[in-house]
Amino acid sequence: MTPLDNVADLRDTDLNDVELDRRLASTWATPKGVWGALSTVDHKIIGRRYIITAFVFLALGGILSLAMRLQLAQPEARFIGPDRYNQIFTMHGTNMMFLFAVPVMEAMAVYLVPLMVGTRNIAFPRLNAFSYWMYLAGGLLLWIAFAIDTGPDVGWFADVPLSGPQYAAGKRADIWAQMITFTEVSALAVAVELVVTVFKQRAPGMSLDQIPLFVWSMLVTSFLIIMAMPAIMIASTALILDRLVGTQFFNPAEGGDVLLWQHLFWFFGHPEVYIIFLPAVGMVSTIVATFTRRPVFGYLGMVMALIATGILAFGLWVHHMFVAGLPRLGESFFTASSMAIAIPAGLQIFCWLATIWAGRPVFKTPFLFVIGFMVIFVIGGMTGVMVASVPFDTQVHDTYFVVAHFHYVLVGGAVFPLLGAIYYWFPKITGRMMNETIGRWAFGLIFTGFNLTFFPMHILGLQGMPRRIYTYQPEMPWSGLNMFVSLSAVILAAGFLLFFIDAIRSALSGPVAPANPWCASTLEWATSSPPPAYNFSRMPVVGSLEPLVDNSGALPVASGLFVDRRELVVTSVVGALPEARESSPGDSIWPLWSALATTVLLIWSIFTPWAVVWGSVPLAIALTGWFWPKGTKEDDA
Amino acid sequence: MRMSPIIWMSTIAIISGCTGNQSAINPKGAPAIHIAHLMSGIVAVCTLVWLLVMVMLVWALLRKRSDAGEQARERGLTTTVSAAVGATAVIIAGMTIASFYTTRDIGIPGEAALTITVRGQQWWWQVIYADPDPALTFQTANEIHIPVGRDVHVQLESTDVVHSFWVPSLAGKQDLVPGRTNSLLLRAERPGIYRGQCAEFCGLQHTHMAMMVIAEDPESFERWAVAQRGNSVNPGKPDAVAGQVAFIAKPCAACHTVRGTPAMGTTGPDLTHVGSRKTIAAGLLMTTRGSLAAWIADPQTLKPGNNMPMVPLTSVELKNISAYMESLK
Amino acid sequence: MVRGRTLANRLLLTSALLALTVGCGFLGWMRQPRELRTNPPVLADLSRFRLMSNGIGGAPPESYFAEAEPYENDAYNLSQGKRLYTWFGCAACHGDGRGAAGPSFLDGWWLYGPEMVSIVASIRDGRPHGMPAFRDRMTIEQIWQLAGYVQTIGAYSAKVAATGRNDGPQTRPSENRAPAVMLFEEGPVGVNPDQGPSP
Repeated sequence: MTPLDNVADLRDTDLNDVELDRRLASTWATPKGVWGALSTVDHKIIGRRYIITAFVFLALGGILSLAMRLQLAQPEARFIGPDRYNQIFTMHGTNMMFLFAVPVMEAMAVYLVPLMVGTRNIAFPRLNAFSYWMYLAGGLLLWIAFAIDTGPDVGWFADVPLSGPQYAAGKRADIWAQMITFTEVSALAVAVELVVTVFKQRAPGMSLDQIPLFVWSMLVTSFLIIMAMPAIMIASTALILDRLVGTQFFNPAEGGDVLLWQHLFWFFGHPEVYIIFLPAVGMVSTIVATFTRRPVFGYLGMVMALIATGILAFGLWVHHMFVAGLPRLGESFFTASSMAIAIPAGLQIFCWLATIWAGRPVFKTPFLFVIGFMVIFVIGGMTGVMVASVPFDTQVHDTYFVVAHFHYVLVGGAVFPLLGAIYYWFPKITGRMMNETIGRWAFGLIFTGFNLTFFPMHILGLQGMPRRIYTYQPEMPWSGLNMFVSLSAVILAAGFLLFFIDAIRSALSGPVAPANPWCASTLEWATSSPPPAYNFSRMPVVGSLEPLVDNSGALPVASGLFVDRRELVVTSVVGALPEARESSPGDSIWPLWSALATTVLLIWSIFTPWAVVWGSVPLAIALTGWFWPKGTKEDDA
Repeated sequence: MRMSPIIWMSTIAIISGCTGNQSAINPKGAPAIHIAHLMSGIVAVCTLVWLLVMVMLVWALLRKRSDAGEQARERGLTTTVSAAVGATAVIIAGMTIASFYTTRDIGIPGEAALTITVRGQQWWWQVIYADPDPALTFQTANEIHIPVGRDVHVQLESTDVVHSFWVPSLAGKQDLVPGRTNSLLLRAERPGIYRGQCAEFCGLQHTHMAMMVIAEDPESFERWAVAQRGNSVNPGKPDAVAGQVAFIAKPCAACHTVRGTPAMGTTGPDLTHVGSRKTIAAGLLMTTRGSLAAWIADPQTLKPGNNMPMVPLTSVELKNISAYMESLK
Repeated sequence: MVRGRTLANRLLLTSALLALTVGCGFLGWMRQPRELRTNPPVLADLSRFRLMSNGIGGAPPESYFAEAEPYENDAYNLSQGKRLYTWFGCAACHGDGRGAAGPSFLDGWWLYGPEMVSIVASIRDGRPHGMPAFRDRMTIEQIWQLAGYVQTIGAYSAKVAATGRNDGPQTRPSENRAPAVMLFEEGPVGVNPDQGPSP
């Protein structure tokens, strides 16, 4: 017992460092055991879970793609039938877009953004826990359905009428549509948390022009999510209503419209690409800055490019519908806007090139992945310009050319930076370094395998091979390249396998990492690796874009927070001037119960509309429990 | 064992013949040629830009560093980056304009020599050559004949889900959307057989939904059209005669039409002149007696999930019906 | 206190594992692969159902139960049946299910009983007063698919596997909304002359 134990409302100014850490740990730490794990609201634990779950889905989706490559290696192969193949390619697309790409980017942000802006937890931490459980439930719903041969088989875009009540028999399309609801709820929740965290919880002094570029990119991404996701929620809800209660949204005979679906879906679907790509831009900027030993060239230009991309992203959806029979003049407008997005993208590429040119590159694995990103993504960008042209697109739309294009954009543009980011932030997240040698091998295999696998698909597409076919006839001139692609996919898979092995091995027994192994300049490296539950012992104060470089000595800190309750600093939106001390909610099991109740409601509603009525009862109970004042210090504050 | 080895092997033997050209980079029709010109232009420019960026990347990574002149270099970089962004804007503006003019070139002309209605069905193409005089209207399936060097207006409709009509050697693709009618211009510059395939995912057998476009000189086209308008030829050989009887007595006639016989079903393709077509089952097999027999005997193995059921037939009936089908020239 | 928590954790874990096992078992039972090609022996068996001498009710072939009554419970077969209903012109006499020249499927009255074999027999062999035999126009599997769908139109409560509405003009609630029971509560929709006294 120390005399301080009896002091009410103890603040960090009253304590020395050791004592402060001890008390902060007891306030913020997650209790051990299953119950603690289920009720935690620590953004780092939830972020880590999110990342691991997303990578599990990546591996599963990868296995599906190998199955497809096995089937397509030879003409008229009978390894997988059409019914299963349709499920597999639908699962692959849906899984990669909704269960891997978007969540993994948000997961990285959930983990990193609070650290990068120098706060102790994400805003709305219980909503954060809820979002993870919803995401997990949605993923399980989809994969369990697939395991019992009830996986969706209508494509990840689920065009009506093929996914509608007449042509999609059974519950398969309903499961797809409801899985959308799960992932949308979780994505929207995280987006809101991130916006509030970035706007209101930045370290004192971190004005808007001093935010790390990764945080900027996540801010723009979050706004994209908030604006794009409602379109798909409306679309998938309308689809479920058409299927289950006989509404007529997409029935032309009753005044509905088939193309309405495509407009709604792609109004979400195109921003979706940037929801995946923009976080990667942030990751690349961060890695480039660290491994060239200088700040990214043209910070203002980069931020403007992010925002411009975000705005333009909503003006291009029609280029997914160039062959649907819309008026040609209107389509030309969308050609112009689709091409125009090459300007901000080009600006970003040029800024990174300038940064590398002016800096002193250090060729570590994360930087290698960024170099790979540059090579591949620029090809993806070029083919993107090609498909933006209406006449060009009428030849390559829905062919393997487009398959190649978007894998170059999404794998090259997002997965390569992501893998670099994993190598980069792995020591921060786990406290251990990944293996540099294996990392180089993994990069080499993935880079080679990727290009050998996907480049020939451009040619296949031009040779007339459509997408989403489960086989092709021997007289078509595609079998040679398809065999080549399938064999190359093995190299790619080997690279990913190596990466997974390295990650698991390093997490268990890698060399222990120091707080800042890469001599990086952003705030997350100011705390230990892995960070303590409370992130920072004392709230950092920021006065520049590179706080760790410009304050080579100790970081200035703000003080005055209570240590016996979870508290953080709220600052103003633009200048990050301290405004108030704000309580951060403690652990709670209620987000889990609420997520379970929502899950029951959503899945049950596939079978009867009455589920919406009766299922809302447990949900109401769970939400009441969630928001009922518990009399903790956080509630009182 | 789902399929007897004999049928399987004969299938392989049947389909190993070349059946037409399906490639966007080997254009034989006016719209496809316009598009191919645009494509090669854009690809050339893009390749050049990519190479430039890669050269810059390698240079930026590997150049020798010196410590002098930091300030001047930052200013130089700003100029270079601005110039590069400017160049990007100019290039894409050029490509947008080129694309716009090509779009105009491949548009539907006011008057076409011929209008054909193509109706997409799961998983075959119904082709209707409509004529103001109903007696001259006829329909066929999975095979479109067009006169060379003439503008042909294709009206695209769908009876069930969204399909996409794509004959890459002749023109870009266009969707068939339920509740709408879309249009496409075909104009073959050279006689030949051009293969096309459904390009929009449309369900279980999206894979096997191909069609042949046969471009021939106007005289041959007219001869073909006259032949197609006529009723089916009466079978001459005894096995074909027996086949006709079996065809009409069995469920076949409930779904298929053979004009000039009591077979009037409209669910499946019109078979009046099926023997004259290059392929059966929407481009799946070349039309031979063997492939017809294989298809009729077990359609669900060759094209799982398609709407033609496996009709129990004796081997004699199967042989006769195949002979009858083959005789329907 | 600490021991109590460990015990609680163990209990939680055990129950989670148990739930997982039960869940997997349930899912295995739910599994329903889509059969696109029924084996010829099974197909041939489909015509070997037994019918009572009065043509009402009977027993399906054993293999039908072994396959878990696919033509009643499998959504794919039901939707194929729905297509056959259109393709084979059933609507010419039975309308959208409410009947016209032929009897209604919605009034809750089955002249020959609601069993699958009766409906299959009606389609295959025809019935007096104008129902033609489809023996030579459809395969036996198609007849079973169509019968499954016809039974669904007149079901008293919606089947989970039932198809939804058609992409066409709407004339009545779709099959997955249990039309019969709704119409039944409003009273019978006219009396069929063949109906006779209520059982």
